[in-house]
Amino acid sequence: MLGESLSVRDLRICATPPGGEERVIVNDIHFELAPGEVLALIGESGSGKTTIALAMLGYARSGCRIAGGSVRLGETDILSLNPVQTRALRGHRVSYIAQSAAAAFNPSRTLMDQVIEGALIHGVMSRQEARQKAVSLFHDLALPEPEHIGERYPHQVSGGQLQRVMAAMALITDPALVVLDEPTTALDVTTQIEVLRAFKQVMRERGTTAIYVSHDLAVVAQMADQVLVLQNGETQEHNTTASILEQPAHDYTRSLLAAARPQDHLSPVEGRHGAELLDIDDLQVGYGARDTHGRPENVVLEHINLHLVRGQALGVIGESGSGKSTLARAVAGLVAPSHGAVQFDRRELSTTLRGRTPEQFRRIQMVFQSADNALNPAHSVQRLLNRPLETYFNLDRRARRARVEELMDLVKLPRNLLERKPGELSGGQKQRINLARALAAKPDLILCDEVTSALDTVVGAAILELLVELRRELGVAYLFISHDISTVRSLCDDVMVLYQGQCVESGPCRQVLNTPQHEYTRRLIGSVPELRQGWLESRPQRRETAVPVA
Amino acid sequence: MSETHAMPHRRPGLSPHQASRRRMSQGSRLPIATPARRNKPRLKLTRWIGLSVFGAWVLIAIFGPLFSPYPMGAFVSDEIYGGMSAAHWLGTDYMGRDMLSRILTGARYTVGLAVVAALLSSLVGAGFGMLTVLLPRWLEEGIRRIFDTLISIPSKMMALVMVSAFGTSIPLLIIAAVLSYAPGAFRISHSLATNLATLEYVQVARTRGEGRFYIAAVEIMPNMIQSVLTDMGMRFVFIVLLLSGMSFLGLGVQPPAADLGSLVRENIGGLSQGALAVIAPALAIGTLTIGANLLIDSLSNSRGSQKE
Repeated sequence: MLGESLSVRDLRICATPPGGEERVIVNDIHFELAPGEVLALIGESGSGKTTIALAMLGYARSGCRIAGGSVRLGETDILSLNPVQTRALRGHRVSYIAQSAAAAFNPSRTLMDQVIEGALIHGVMSRQEARQKAVSLFHDLALPEPEHIGERYPHQVSGGQLQRVMAAMALITDPALVVLDEPTTALDVTTQIEVLRAFKQVMRERGTTAIYVSHDLAVVAQMADQVLVLQNGETQEHNTTASILEQPAHDYTRSLLAAARPQDHLSPVEGRHGAELLDIDDLQVGYGARDTHGRPENVVLEHINLHLVRGQALGVIGESGSGKSTLARAVAGLVAPSHGAVQFDRRELSTTLRGRTPEQFRRIQMVFQSADNALNPAHSVQRLLNRPLETYFNLDRRARRARVEELMDLVKLPRNLLERKPGELSGGQKQRINLARALAAKPDLILCDEVTSALDTVVGAAILELLVELRRELGVAYLFISHDISTVRSLCDDVMVLYQGQCVESGPCRQVLNTPQHEYTRRLIGSVPELRQGWLESRPQRRETAVPVA
Repeated sequence: MSETHAMPHRRPGLSPHQASRRRMSQGSRLPIATPARRNKPRLKLTRWIGLSVFGAWVLIAIFGPLFSPYPMGAFVSDEIYGGMSAAHWLGTDYMGRDMLSRILTGARYTVGLAVVAALLSSLVGAGFGMLTVLLPRWLEEGIRRIFDTLISIPSKMMALVMVSAFGTSIPLLIIAAVLSYAPGAFRISHSLATNLATLEYVQVARTRGEGRFYIAAVEIMPNMIQSVLTDMGMRFVFIVLLLSGMSFLGLGVQPPAADLGSLVRENIGGLSQGALAVIAPALAIGTLTIGANLLIDSLSNSRGSQKE
């Protein structure tokens, strides 16, 4: 057993915003871990979970300061160490696995160099020993070609593999404590399950004590022995994983559990009787030079057929790189397809923006994933909502003002936010403004590109409810793009599964998701973590091979 | 929320042990003030110094001639290269003219010309930089090549060639400065605008059917205006140096009028005696450019810390 016990008492961390007063962001945190135990820190963004996790390394981010309390790892009091001792601790006895492996690796050095660097800096072992150790870790983490993968550069391996290489980097010095900061959040579900399995196995084998930061209760249920539920930097509930899942004591924990449980079909409308709205016939989209048959060098989407009637909600699911966003962009006119036709309301849609009529612009609205980028930071909410009204409708000032207020009511935001800029709004509020701007045009079709992915579970669930309600009230049709099966299940009537740019399965939501026919669909649905312990072990092991498309 | 959330993405930009090595070099952060806090007082000080020095020069350029004790071209003393005295605070020049009056009047040429030329360079450069992003690809490429060609000609050479071809005049000096410095402004604003144009709010505007000018002026410009202003400040300093250099060579502002550069040149004969007449205008150019630089630095720094 390599892990050591960890004891945290009265931990308090303060932050000073630029030009502001210092305030407490983490208060009064207690927990005890026996050697080899895993504690999950769970909560929404801003709840202080990463801040607490970093304090285990004796580190506070710029602008923050550890104001009080103690962190004891084995016999060492981490917070009382001097800088030289802290340096000896980090990356040796305590190590850190970050969320985005792609950003954590130096692209110009080989993986092996970066994996063994920590061991060499701390003088734990010779270069030769470190290399052998790394290869055995690669092997344990189920990486392909463990002997040679170290010679590659970060861009030459996939995201899930890179995340596992980072785990090897953290484990090379046999640390007593590992801090994992949302290590699988950026991965697709099908990749996540493999990474989780590899993590769990190496950590169990080595008996490493670990802190696992996550917002996903279902993932936590697989990994952790104890769960600490956080809100606004304070402990809401702390108990064993089983108790948290079975008998949540605190209201906030219950709301987290409710948001994480797959919801039943929220959409009541079976609206597949209206007039035809969108009709896509054998669409092909790609990039690069075209060959003699007009086929582009890199084909992103191929043989896509799709029909949408008024008021219908169609979900498009698939993993990153499956071409689902490209489909929405092709309908919006942002990328020109190389083949195939798109008909909107029985009229051919021009492939480029220039060929479209103002009326077509108005009737098709797109809502992007990240409201941070989709709202111009220089404009006030009032101005953001006003502009579509100016463009599409001939209204006087007062009518516009009334309509803006009506839109704010529609997305359930207070009117006093109108003068604010997007930077002064929360993530959920921004996404509501993003929706309101699309609704301002009174569209017939809204293209939703991962609208809930960047949000916390609870906030995302509220946005989803809003979408359902808007559909009921306004009868607008959705092309709803997501990688999250449960959101599609609760919002959409029909679903289309994309894999490597092709549609592998489509049909009514209930039918496709309950009795999937294609192997990829089955794998996709089977990879979504379930909210019960032991789910990960119950999943069959899978070789890393691609599913044939046809 | 963004405050706490943006950082973990940025921090691990280096591999963890590299990042930790960097943290080490600053020591453990626990008891130490954060860098932002440490820099604050110094930042404010440089801004105030820069602002007051540069502001003083702008005021001199506007009101200086009103306060000059003698007309700029008047021969008021028999002494040449005279030192400081009650009658002539900054001494006299090589022809016995009052140096203080000549600097107060000459500053107007230097500051005025440089301000006009810097404004025009940024207007031309940033305007094209923003619009080309939204133009068809071939047109964008064409315009970029033209600016690239201009940027490859050394600014002083271009100014010299233009003056020798057309003779010197104030409009010509301005044109030479704009031709030399607009391409740089173009390159900077073009790369800023290229990044901004791929952002989703610009795409939203495009799918709304907005025109190019609306997108450039309303969606893109407000988000790059600060960088453009900082860049303009830098161009101002370059242009002051270019114009002073031209005047020093005798090809800039012509006698009897004189800018700061020509004042240095006229009185270069006094250098061996350490005459105030050559030191004073040289110091004037120095303080003007250093003041402007301090101001620009503090402005761009404070913007950076706001972003953090």
